[in-house]
Amino acid sequence: MTVILGQTFTGISIGAVLLLIALGLSLTFGQMNVINMAHGEFIMAGAYTTYVLQKSITGAGISLLVALPVAFLVSGALGALLEWLLIRRLYLRPLDTLLVTWGVSLMLQQLARDIFGAPNVQTRAPDWLTGNITLIGGDDPLTVANSRLFILGLAVAAVVALSLTLRLTPLGRRIRGVVQNRDLAEVSGISTERVDRTAFFLGSGLAGVAGVALTLVGPIGPTMGTNVIIDAFLVIVVGGIGQLKGTVIVAFVLGVLQSVLEYSTTVSVAKVLVLVAIVAFLQWRPQGLYTLRTRSLV
Amino acid sequence: MNLLKGRSARAAAGFAGAAALLFAVAPLLLSDFRLGLLAKYLCTAMVAVGICLAWGRGGLLTLGQGVFFGLGGYAMAMHLKIADAGPGNLPDFMQLYGTATELPWWWQPFANPLFALAATVLLPMAVAAILGSFIFRRRVKGAYFAILSQALAAAFAIWLIGQQATTGGTNGLTDIQGFFGYALDDPVNQRMVYFVIAAALLLLIALARQLVHSRYGELLVAVRDSEERVRFLGYNPANVKLVAYVVAAGMAGLAGALFVPAVGIISPAMIGIVPSIEFVIGAAVGGRASLVGAVLGAVGVAWAKTALSEEFPAAWTYFQGLLFIVALAFLPGGLASLVGLVRRRMASQATDSEETKPVVPVGEAA
Amino acid sequence: MTELAGLEIRQLRVSFDGFTAVDGVDLDVHPGDLRFLIGPNGAGKTTLVDAVTGLVRAEGSVLFGGDELLGRSVHRIARSGIGRTFQTATVFEELTVLQNLDIAAGAGRGMWTMLRRRRTVPESVARTLETVGLTELADSPAGTLAHGQKQWLEIGMLLVQDVRLLLLDEPVAGMSHDERQATGELLQRISEERTVVVIEHDMDFMRSFARSVSVLHAGKVLSEGTVAEVQADPQVQEVYLGHTAAEATADVTVQEA
Repeated sequence: MTVILGQTFTGISIGAVLLLIALGLSLTFGQMNVINMAHGEFIMAGAYTTYVLQKSITGAGISLLVALPVAFLVSGALGALLEWLLIRRLYLRPLDTLLVTWGVSLMLQQLARDIFGAPNVQTRAPDWLTGNITLIGGDDPLTVANSRLFILGLAVAAVVALSLTLRLTPLGRRIRGVVQNRDLAEVSGISTERVDRTAFFLGSGLAGVAGVALTLVGPIGPTMGTNVIIDAFLVIVVGGIGQLKGTVIVAFVLGVLQSVLEYSTTVSVAKVLVLVAIVAFLQWRPQGLYTLRTRSLV
Repeated sequence: MNLLKGRSARAAAGFAGAAALLFAVAPLLLSDFRLGLLAKYLCTAMVAVGICLAWGRGGLLTLGQGVFFGLGGYAMAMHLKIADAGPGNLPDFMQLYGTATELPWWWQPFANPLFALAATVLLPMAVAAILGSFIFRRRVKGAYFAILSQALAAAFAIWLIGQQATTGGTNGLTDIQGFFGYALDDPVNQRMVYFVIAAALLLLIALARQLVHSRYGELLVAVRDSEERVRFLGYNPANVKLVAYVVAAGMAGLAGALFVPAVGIISPAMIGIVPSIEFVIGAAVGGRASLVGAVLGAVGVAWAKTALSEEFPAAWTYFQGLLFIVALAFLPGGLASLVGLVRRRMASQATDSEETKPVVPVGEAA
Repeated sequence: MTELAGLEIRQLRVSFDGFTAVDGVDLDVHPGDLRFLIGPNGAGKTTLVDAVTGLVRAEGSVLFGGDELLGRSVHRIARSGIGRTFQTATVFEELTVLQNLDIAAGAGRGMWTMLRRRRTVPESVARTLETVGLTELADSPAGTLAHGQKQWLEIGMLLVQDVRLLLLDEPVAGMSHDERQATGELLQRISEERTVVVIEHDMDFMRSFARSVSVLHAGKVLSEGTVAEVQADPQVQEVYLGHTAAEATADVTVQEA
């Protein structure tokens, strides 16, 4: 029993990480249909931001809390810059966007190598994140690392913040307007260019936040983005385009699935099995879990 | 049909020229070492031929060709390892890491050279057929397809790494000595391997050319540009795409199989996400929809990689990134479209411009 | 030429996430008819055609020459002899006019024919090039055609496809007066051998060429008959005179769906 609970909880915390890294994509890929392979490097930028801040601010706790907004701004700015330089020229060519941003991602990785060196670096977690919480006591205890709980909390907070932004603010309404009907939005006086850039800023900023969270569970390195980006894209593909709830559900489901399969097989076999499950799932729902049905030809 | 005749005459001349270059000029001018490198680049070009067909013509951006390259490569390498070990012995790495005393069951058929040779091409094709029929039937396309194919490459590489006792893990299958009885450290035999690779490449180009100019090739472009419209004409686009995908997989498999004797090793690092996407960049730079462009692009990029990364590894990465950006954002037809541009300009200057063929069509199947 | 076939639609219903675009349509198109479907925006005309051709899922029954179409896949419906065009002309822009027609003619080709080059122009393709007046442009990329020519190419593709039922979605939109006239006459000639259904907004065009008319409104058939009968129908007059509010709401709903 505890084993099942334990695996489920590990799965939920894997899912929380997946959710954080996929959340920004649900905006840029899910809403705007831009495939940004450099998203992983924006996560990396967030992680290195945490590392740099910790070097200049002594308290690990304070530097982590400061890192959240700073990483959001750093990665967001990178995203806006990328949108302005390249992506806006490619809105009608999604596959080319994929390859172009892959090129960007290569260059950003090399930049990180040149600045911080090829070996991984590490940050110190603040004291209040190093311990464990015991959920079930007794002979067969179930404990959860504080850092995992913090990430879960962060993921939930980010989802709530994003969904409130999309629902309630004028910016969110504009984003949704542009997503649903770009031409109509344009003739109604919305500057689609500005909306695109802002949405890209937000989505990339969320990648930065995810990067901060990743420093708590693993090392920081030039290739950390590549390692997570595909999983993040799969979450969006399976969740369905343009649907936040799909992203949330699928992130946790895939997390739990991965953890359960890892427990019963090995890490590498679990990866393959998860992919098989995804292909099978797409047989059933090719457009993902939640879809916007339209009568457009594509 | 003057136009048709002119086109095939030009193609025949092109083939003769390419054959002369590959079989006479290159072996005369290049050192054994450089010729070996060229053999490796030509393998990349074979993958690019398939990518040109699937992506350039069919709009299927396959970011997982490494999987098929790897299947072909491992099928070949497994046989060669078994042959190297000799009857009754286990391949060296199994003795090192493994606890098994006999070959795993899925290794055993590869002891047969005919089975192994057939498997290098048929295994990738079978995998592509199964996967593709699932994916295309449910109309998973565009970016979704690209991401799935990339995930496949990642998963395959991870799986190989995880099975160290039977696949050699991260190291892969290394230190391959012989190729059907010929010792690979002998330069004469290495040269023979090069000739086999060059001949295979020309063969694949001829095959792809036939497909591109056939009625099927026209239909494939139609599917790329408007899949739904094709469906309303009574075709099943899933089958049209499947053919291109399976053929491309077979080509990648053959390339992987011939890569093994040329280089002497196959490992997960040569088939994961990064090499898979590197296969695409060559085709993209040269011109995804043009066979010649894709092949020259693949060879050129592979050569640039060796030349640059030998001396400045960091510079190579920046250069590669820039190549992606420039080629795709600003020259989506690749270098081949420049040739077309020049030719069109010359044609418009000449008084009678009979040939008004469109320049290398490049479309985006979203 | 295969025999003529008609369309029998019974209680057809299509809904998108709660919004019902086609709401219980009964429609009979007799073999060899030249039927016009008219109605305000959002009346469900295009959705009706989408349902018949298998693009959207629908409930009810659609019989074509006695065979049930609902539940079949798009390409199978096409093979049973139904062809359609779209509001925006969809031709393969990078292929030539000839290649476009050749592809349309070839859904039944065997593998060997597919894998070889086209050496000659198939007879049906040559004939259709004449019919739609594009012989001169046979080797031009379809993307370079004028708007009206693309529409004709689309119709030509249906002809070489040898369909028994043509469903045309606003075939004369954006055409000049002369082009409309030519298209109308072409449709009349086609309807001698095939059944034709045209979605159209242009009332003059409809009056000149329709053999029969169905008026759709809010997902239902409002009126049906000859041009004169339909024009005399008070219900139709009301919809067409006082439809602005209804059209606005209907449009919005479709957007959201």
